[in-house]
Amino acid sequence: MTDSRAGNPVARASALRKIYGESPDPVVALDEVSLQVHAGEFLAVCGPSGCGKSTLLLTIGLLLRPDAGDLEIADQNIAELSPSRQSSFRAQNIGFVFQDFHLIPYLNVLENVLVPTLAQPLSDASARAEMLLEEMGLAARHDHLPSELSAGERQRTALVRALMLRPRLILADEPTGNLDRENADCVLNHLAHYSEVGGAVVMATHDEGAMMRAGRRVLMDKGRIVGSDDGGNKR
Amino acid sequence: MSPASLVFREIMHRRISFVLGTMAIAVSVVCLVGALAVLESFDRATDKQLGEMNAETEKILKAHEDEIRKAMKGLGFNIHIYPDAQDLAEIYSKGYGLETMPESYVSKLADSDIVTVNHLLPRLTQMVEWPEGDASVLLFGVRGEEPIAFRGANRKGELIDPVAKGEIALGYELHHRRKIITGDSIVFRGRKFNVGKTHERRGGIDDITAWASLSVVQEMLGKPGKINSILALECNCESLDRLGEVVSEIKSILPNTQIIEVESKALARAQARNGAKSLRLRDKEKFLDDRESLRATREGFTNVLSILVASLSLIWIAYLTSSNVRERIMEIGTLSAIGVGFSRLLLVILSRAVLMGICGTFLALVFLALSGKLIWHIDVFERVAFGFYGWIGLIMSVPLLSCAAAWLPAFTGAQRAPAEILRND
Repeated sequence: MTDSRAGNPVARASALRKIYGESPDPVVALDEVSLQVHAGEFLAVCGPSGCGKSTLLLTIGLLLRPDAGDLEIADQNIAELSPSRQSSFRAQNIGFVFQDFHLIPYLNVLENVLVPTLAQPLSDASARAEMLLEEMGLAARHDHLPSELSAGERQRTALVRALMLRPRLILADEPTGNLDRENADCVLNHLAHYSEVGGAVVMATHDEGAMMRAGRRVLMDKGRIVGSDDGGNKR
Repeated sequence: MSPASLVFREIMHRRISFVLGTMAIAVSVVCLVGALAVLESFDRATDKQLGEMNAETEKILKAHEDEIRKAMKGLGFNIHIYPDAQDLAEIYSKGYGLETMPESYVSKLADSDIVTVNHLLPRLTQMVEWPEGDASVLLFGVRGEEPIAFRGANRKGELIDPVAKGEIALGYELHHRRKIITGDSIVFRGRKFNVGKTHERRGGIDDITAWASLSVVQEMLGKPGKINSILALECNCESLDRLGEVVSEIKSILPNTQIIEVESKALARAQARNGAKSLRLRDKEKFLDDRESLRATREGFTNVLSILVASLSLIWIAYLTSSNVRERIMEIGTLSAIGVGFSRLLLVILSRAVLMGICGTFLALVFLALSGKLIWHIDVFERVAFGFYGWIGLIMSVPLLSCAAAWLPAFTGAQRAPAEILRND
C-alpha cells in the first residue's frame, strides 16, 4: 500500500463546531474538530455512543451544516455551495453506508443500487450495477427485495449503492453494527479494498475489530478528537 | 432508475392507501358530476313539463279560438247599426225596428278604410202577415255581404249567403207545419218564390222569419233604397276594450247612426278565452316559480354536498399523503443523503397524489359513463352542462387539487433535514 496521505486531502475539516439545542442546555456534538482524509485512506472514527462520531460523518457528508469551522471536500469549500448545489455535489462525491442499511423496501436489489442515478444520471449504470453486484457476490440476488436478503446481503447492497456513482469519499456509519463477524469482515474487506484502489473511507465505529481494519484511527469523546494513532489533532 | 419507476413501484408497494385515495377522488368527482347531472335531469324534466304545458295551453287557446270563431260566425261579436231616430226600446222588445236609413250607408262604410269590422250586412226587417200561409212572419230582406273595398283580395270570405231574387228561405215554424221542403214553390203575399232553404229549429224569432232578397223586400214593403239596420260581423274582439274602438270608428264614418252590441255571448266567450289564457299563464308562472324555487333548493343541497365531499376527499388525500410521508421518512432521508434534491423528492411524493387524482377522475368517468343512463337516464358525457372544455378542465383540475391537498405534507417531508432522520448518535 502506498502512502495514502500524499497530495491534497479528499476531505479537510478545520475547527468544526456543532451544537444541538439552545441555552441553557446546549449539547456540543463537535468541538473544534479538525481532520484530514486523503485518497486511498481508510480512517476509523472511534468512540463511545454519543461522542459525536455520527455528527462528524453527517457534517462531512454535507447533511449537517456546522455552526463554525471550515470544511472542504474535493477541494471545494462547502460554505460556498447553495443547499441545492450541495445535493448534487454530495451525489457526485460522497457515498453513504448506514448501520441500518436504509434500503428502499419496495425496490429489488438492482433497483436499490440504481437509486443514486435519480440524483446523478450515469450512462453505464446498469452495467456498473451488475458488475458491482457480481463483485459483492449478489449477482444471483439482484431481483430480490431487501426483505428477502440476509443482513450481510443488505449491507453489501447498501455498499454497492454507495459505490455506484464512483464517489471520492465513502462515509460509513457503524456499517458492521448489525452484522455477524463473517458478514462484518466481508463488508470491511470491501471498504478496505475501495480505499486501496484510491477511494477515501471514513468509518464511524465502536467495534474494535472494525477499528483494527482501518489504516488510521481517531478517537472521539464528548465531541472532541481525543486521540489518534498518527498523533495528529490530539488535544 | 427514473422518478416514474420509483413512484410506480412505491404505489404498487403501498397500493391500499393509493386505492383509498383514488376512491375518495372518484367519489367526489361522481358527486360533483352527479349533482350537475341531477340538476340537468331536473331541468330537462321540467322543461319537458313546461313544453307540454305550453302545448296544452296552445291547444286550449286554439280550441277557444275555434269556438269563438264559430260563435262569431253564428252569433258574432255583432254590432247593429241603426238610424239615430230608432227607439232602441222597440228593438229590445220586438227584435227589430221600423226606422230606416239609406242603403247607401253600407257602401259608405264599405268604401271607408274601416279596419275593426270584417263583414257588413244591410237588412230591412218588418213583421208582416202571410195570408197564403195564415201566419205572422218576420220578413227579412238581405242583400248579402257588402265587400269592404280597401281589403281587396284580402277581404274575409262571406259569412252569410245572400238570398237570390225569386228565392225565399223559411224558418222552422214556417216550413215544418206546412210540410214545405227546399225546392218547393210557394206564394208569399201574392208573389211566387222558390224555397231556396229551410232552416232547422233555432228556438227563437228566426223560426218565424222568412229571408228574401233585399231589393224584393224593399219593393214588397214599399221602402226602396231603405234599410233598417246594418249588421257588422266578426268585429275584431281580441281584447275586450276593442269594442270602444269599433264604435268610435263606425261613428266617425256614419255620424247619424247609433250602434249597439246585441249579442253578449261572443263577449262572454272572449272573456272566457282571455280568462283561460290568463289562468294558464298564471299556472305557467306558478310552475316556473315553483321550478326555480325547487331548483334553487336542489342546487343549494348539491352544492353543499359537492363541496363537503370534495373537502373531505382533499382532507383525506392530505391525511394519506401525510401518512405516506411518515411511513417513508427513512426512505426520504436516504434519498436526500444520496443526493436526490428537494424538488425531485417533492415531485416523487406529489406524483402519488397527482396519480390518485388522475386515476380517481378516470375511475369516476368510467363509472359515470356506465351508470349515467341507469341512474339519471342521461348520457353524462354528452349532456351534463360541462361541455368539452369543462371535461378537460375537470380532468386537469382534479389532479391539481389533489396535488394541492398533498402539498403541505409533501413539502414538509421533502424539506426534512436528512441528518435529523439518519443521525445515529
